[in-house]
Amino acid sequence: MIAKRIIPCLDVKDGRVVKGVNFRGLADVDSPVELAKFYSGCGADELVFYDITASAEGRALFTDILRRTAECVFIPLTVGGGIRTVDDFDRVLKCGADKVSVNSGALRDPSLIAQAARRYGDQCVVLSVDARRADGQFRVFAKGGREDTGLDAIEWIKAGVKNGAGEIVLNSIDTDGVKNGFDLEMLSAVCDVVDVPVIASGGAGSVGHFVTLFETLPKVDAGLAASIFHFGEVSIPELKRVLAERGIPTRL
Amino acid sequence: MLAVVDYGVGNLFSLTCSLRAVGVEAAVTGDEAVLARADRVILPGVGAFGDAADALRRTGLDQAVLREGERGKPLLGICLGMQLLLDYSTEYGRHQGLGLIPGSVRAIRPEVPRSYKVPHMGWNALRFPKDRPPSPLFRYIQEGDCVYFVHSYAGTDCEEHTIATAEYGPELTAAVARDNVYGVQFHPEKSGPVGLNILKAFCEL
Repeated sequence: MIAKRIIPCLDVKDGRVVKGVNFRGLADVDSPVELAKFYSGCGADELVFYDITASAEGRALFTDILRRTAECVFIPLTVGGGIRTVDDFDRVLKCGADKVSVNSGALRDPSLIAQAARRYGDQCVVLSVDARRADGQFRVFAKGGREDTGLDAIEWIKAGVKNGAGEIVLNSIDTDGVKNGFDLEMLSAVCDVVDVPVIASGGAGSVGHFVTLFETLPKVDAGLAASIFHFGEVSIPELKRVLAERGIPTRL
Repeated sequence: MLAVVDYGVGNLFSLTCSLRAVGVEAAVTGDEAVLARADRVILPGVGAFGDAADALRRTGLDQAVLREGERGKPLLGICLGMQLLLDYSTEYGRHQGLGLIPGSVRAIRPEVPRSYKVPHMGWNALRFPKDRPPSPLFRYIQEGDCVYFVHSYAGTDCEEHTIATAEYGPELTAAVARDNVYGVQFHPEKSGPVGLNILKAFCEL
């Protein structure tokens, strides 16, 4: 039985982790490499590095940090942010990324998914979608949730999987930051139409929210969060212990 | 010296880093002379079986790997590299493997329940066969430890040489061994401390 994955997400800007990190016992709390080591050591099943820099210098710094992380952290690494071309895939895969997530890049050029899947395999291509409720449907939003693309999220995701996306990250803007739990309704709608792994993102505020997620929607493969892990509101060893107690397949 | 066979398939960055983490500086090489000098060999691989088997043959490295294996050097195939150790695969047609371990490779989709996703991707627990002692490759790990898998095809008809399985509906072949030749379907270089401990054990064989 495949274990449900717990995935901390690190937003990296100019070589540092942003969104705040509040750990005791970490010498350099906003160092992505130190934080990645810390998470790997406490049982994270995978890490997402999200590049939120816009400049070329920031991008080079990001790639360097990715390489330094991959040199000492031996769990799957997924990279997102600023992926617009197959060359961007190449750049991060060479530095130790195992999977690459596309979001705006795929909205701008939907053929990117198929191109990348053909070259690197479906398992390497993650489609990340920011969605919120609008006009009675789940709508895809761009630019960090500011711009309504008019696309129906369910149709967009179905098309993405058909074109070769091997995994979906569904970030519900409606629940993101609220810490009231994952968006079970939206996740369920996505799980009903795809047979690739679905990663839930947006809304986790407690250990219980992960339990509810996996118990309510057995088809969800992973839960992703950022600040609740960074601020120690949810500790990964504790989370995994509780999941295991509830009989949810977990890697301890 | 440990040699990692470079035949132009896949990215070897994580593998060499993980070997370094267990104290082994690997030579990544497509040179038969280097393979001949190595005291152990890792055969990596990702992608389609046919393409990889062709690449091995085109470079003549298939014969070099067979030769070093026959000389009794510890040989470890990883992921597609493990599948290449078997007799043949039926991934997009029938393709010959190295035949170092009896068995073949076939799609897992028809084998696993409809509700299970393919590829078999993620962390899954290793099970050891009950009728034989644990393999020396697993000297530093325990049954039940999780390792990281990404594959849609798996070794089959190789029960006699199976040293670990993973439950995914049926038991999928997770690792095989015959004398000095070992193969793991999962990625030890991405399997955290458990994976490093498997690589460490291989480096001590």
